Amino acid sequence: MEAFTTYTGRAVPLRRSNVDTDQIIPAVWLKQVSRTGFDKGLFSAWREDPDFVLNRPRHEGAGILVAGPDFGTGSSREHAVWALQQYGFRVVIAPRFGDIFRNNSTKMGLLPVVLPADRVEDLQTRVEKDAALEITVDLDKREVRYADVVTSFDIDDYTRWRLMEGLDDIGLTLRHADAITTYEESRPAWLPTAV
Amino acid sequence: MGRTLAEKVYDAHVVRHAEGEPDLLYIDLHLVHEVTSPQAFDGLRMAGRAVRRPDLTIATEDHNVPTTDLLKPIADPVSRTQVETLRKNCSDFGVRLHPMGDDGQGIVHVIGPQLGLTQPGMTVVCGDSHTSTHGAFGALAFGIGTSEVEHVLATQTLPQTKPKTMAVTVDGALPEGVTAKDLILAIIARIGTGGGQGHIIEYRGEAIRSLSMEGRMTVCNMSIEAGARAGMIAPDETTFAYLKGRPHAPQGADWDKAVEYWTSLRTDDDAVFDKEVVIDAAELTPFVTWGTNPGQGLPLAESVPDPASFSDPAQRQAAERALEYMGLTAGTPLRDIEVDTVFVGSCTNGRIEDLRAVADVLKGRKVAGGVRMLVVPGSMEVKKQAEEEGLHEVVAASGAEWREAGCSMCLAMNPDKLTPGERSASTSNRNFEGRQGPGGRTHLVSPAVAAATAVTGRLAAPADL
Repeated sequence: MEAFTTYTGRAVPLRRSNVDTDQIIPAVWLKQVSRTGFDKGLFSAWREDPDFVLNRPRHEGAGILVAGPDFGTGSSREHAVWALQQYGFRVVIAPRFGDIFRNNSTKMGLLPVVLPADRVEDLQTRVEKDAALEITVDLDKREVRYADVVTSFDIDDYTRWRLMEGLDDIGLTLRHADAITTYEESRPAWLPTAV
Repeated sequence: MGRTLAEKVYDAHVVRHAEGEPDLLYIDLHLVHEVTSPQAFDGLRMAGRAVRRPDLTIATEDHNVPTTDLLKPIADPVSRTQVETLRKNCSDFGVRLHPMGDDGQGIVHVIGPQLGLTQPGMTVVCGDSHTSTHGAFGALAFGIGTSEVEHVLATQTLPQTKPKTMAVTVDGALPEGVTAKDLILAIIARIGTGGGQGHIIEYRGEAIRSLSMEGRMTVCNMSIEAGARAGMIAPDETTFAYLKGRPHAPQGADWDKAVEYWTSLRTDDDAVFDKEVVIDAAELTPFVTWGTNPGQGLPLAESVPDPASFSDPAQRQAAERALEYMGLTAGTPLRDIEVDTVFVGSCTNGRIEDLRAVADVLKGRKVAGGVRMLVVPGSMEVKKQAEEEGLHEVVAASGAEWREAGCSMCLAMNPDKLTPGERSASTSNRNFEGRQGPGGRTHLVSPAVAAATAVTGRLAAPADL
C-alpha cells in the first residue's frame, strides 16, 4: 500500500449523493483479472456526457474528489477504489461513506475524509468558482486546509498509523499467527468444513 | 449488562484484542466467486503464501455465468477468462469449487445455506456485499473487498472494529399479500440508504419470527441497501428445522450440542442497542421503488413523488435526477408504469419459495404481450426442486423464460441485460443507474408483484388481477 501523509492539490466537485460503486466502476469493468487499467472505467457511464464534471479540462489533474453524502454505497467491489486511485485521486471527501467502500479505501491508501455536509457544500462551491483552489489534506494533523479555512476530521489512530506507514494488513496479522492457531484449537468440533 | 446477538457472535470470534488496535476476528466460512477473487489469489502467489484453511473456503461461479447453453463455452472471452482463472486458482490452492454445469453450482449466497454450511453463530465473509444474507441464520456475515479476501485466504481472520448495533423491530403480523421483500423495501425507505451505516442490524419482532428462512434471507440480504454491512435474526425452531439433515449440518450428538449453543444466541433482555427502529407490520402493503437507489421506494398504491416534496436538498436533488433517469413524471400512479421486462431471481429472491410465489400468480395466466419475463433460479439445486414441483411448466406455459442458475440480470455481467431506456420490474436488490444494463431502468419488487406485473404489463400486485 502507498503511504499517505499529506496531499496538496486541486479538487473535483461531484454534486451527487448516493454515488454507488456501480457508478464509480460499472460491472462490465469487473471482468478483468488484473489490478490495472481501471482508470478508464471510472464513472464510465457518466463520462459519456461531455458536460460531466470529470470531463471539464479545468479539473484535469485534480487529486481530491469532493462528493455528496453516502459515497461508495452498494457493491463491495474494491475495483471502485482502484479506479479512483488509478485515475489520480488520493483523497475522497464526503459527508458520509458506504462502510465497505471506506474500508476498502483504507486498505489501499485512498484516504476517505468525512466532513460535515455544510463544509463539503462550501468546498464544492469554492472549487466551482475557482478550480485552481489549492487544498491540503493533512493526515498527520487530521486537517483539511484551503483558503482561510482549517477544518479537522476524525480518523482512528490505528488506521491513521497504517496509512501513514503504508502497512500491509496481512503482514501485521501474521505476527499473531500463534494466536490464530490457539484459537483454532478451541473451535468446537461440530463446526462445518467445506470438505 | 446483557449483550446483543451480534455482540455474542462477535465476542466468540475474537482471536486477539489489544487496546488501540482493531480486534482480530476469526472467520468460520469464506465464500468465493470469480469476480472479486482473482487479484486476491494473485496477491498470495506474489507473496508466496498459501490458503490457510482451504477446508473453510468454498467457491462457485455465479456473476458471469450465462443462463442458457450451459454446455457451450462462455461466448464473452473476458467473462470466460475470469471463470477459467477461478478454476485455476481453486485447483492451485486446493479450494472446493462448484463450476458451471455442476449440480451444486449457484449464486454464492444461495448455495451456502442450501449446503448447510451457513449455521447460527458463525462468521461468514465473501467478496460480495450481499453476504449479509447469511445473517438470517444468526451468523455474523458481511461483504468484504478484494484486499480483505486475500487477507482471509492467507490468515482466516480479519482485523475488525466492533460495529455498533441497531434493532429493527417489526411488531404484529404482515397483512395478507405482503412479503419479506415488501417489508425490507419499506424498512430501507424508512431508515434510508445510510440509516444502518456503521451498524449491524438485528431484525426482531413477531413479523420477523413468522418469516420462513427464505423470507429471512431476503430481509437480511438487503441490509447493505440500508447501509448496514450485516443484518441478523436470532436462530429459532424455523432455523433448526431448515438446517436439519442438510449435507454439512451437524449430525447425531453433534446436532444436540450445536442446538444447545444456537439456542443461547439471542439478545439478552437487558442488552442495549445503539439505535432502535420500530415498524408496525399491519401498516405495510406491497412496496416498489421508483428511483435509482433502494431507499427511493413507496407503497404500490402511491404515485411518483414530486421532488419538491423532499425537504432535504440532497434528497430533492437525488429525486430530480432519479425521475429524469427513470423517465418518470411526478404524480403518475405507480400502477400506471409500464414495464418491458420482468426479472425473477438473484440472491435476494431466487429461492424455491420465491419461485413458488411466482408460479402461484402465473398459473393459468399469460405474460402480457410485448413483455419479456426471465425466471432464473438461484442455484441448480433450486432449479431441480422447482422442476420436481412442476414450476418450470407453469412458467413456460405463461410465456416466461425458464433459465439456468446464476446472478443474471441482477447486475448484467452475463448476457442477460436491459437495453438503454428499457424498464424492468426486478426481484433483485439494486435499482442503481445502469445496474441491469447501461441506460436500463429498474423497479425493485417482490416475486409476487413481479409476476402480477408480467401479467398486466404494468406495476401490479396479485390482488389487482
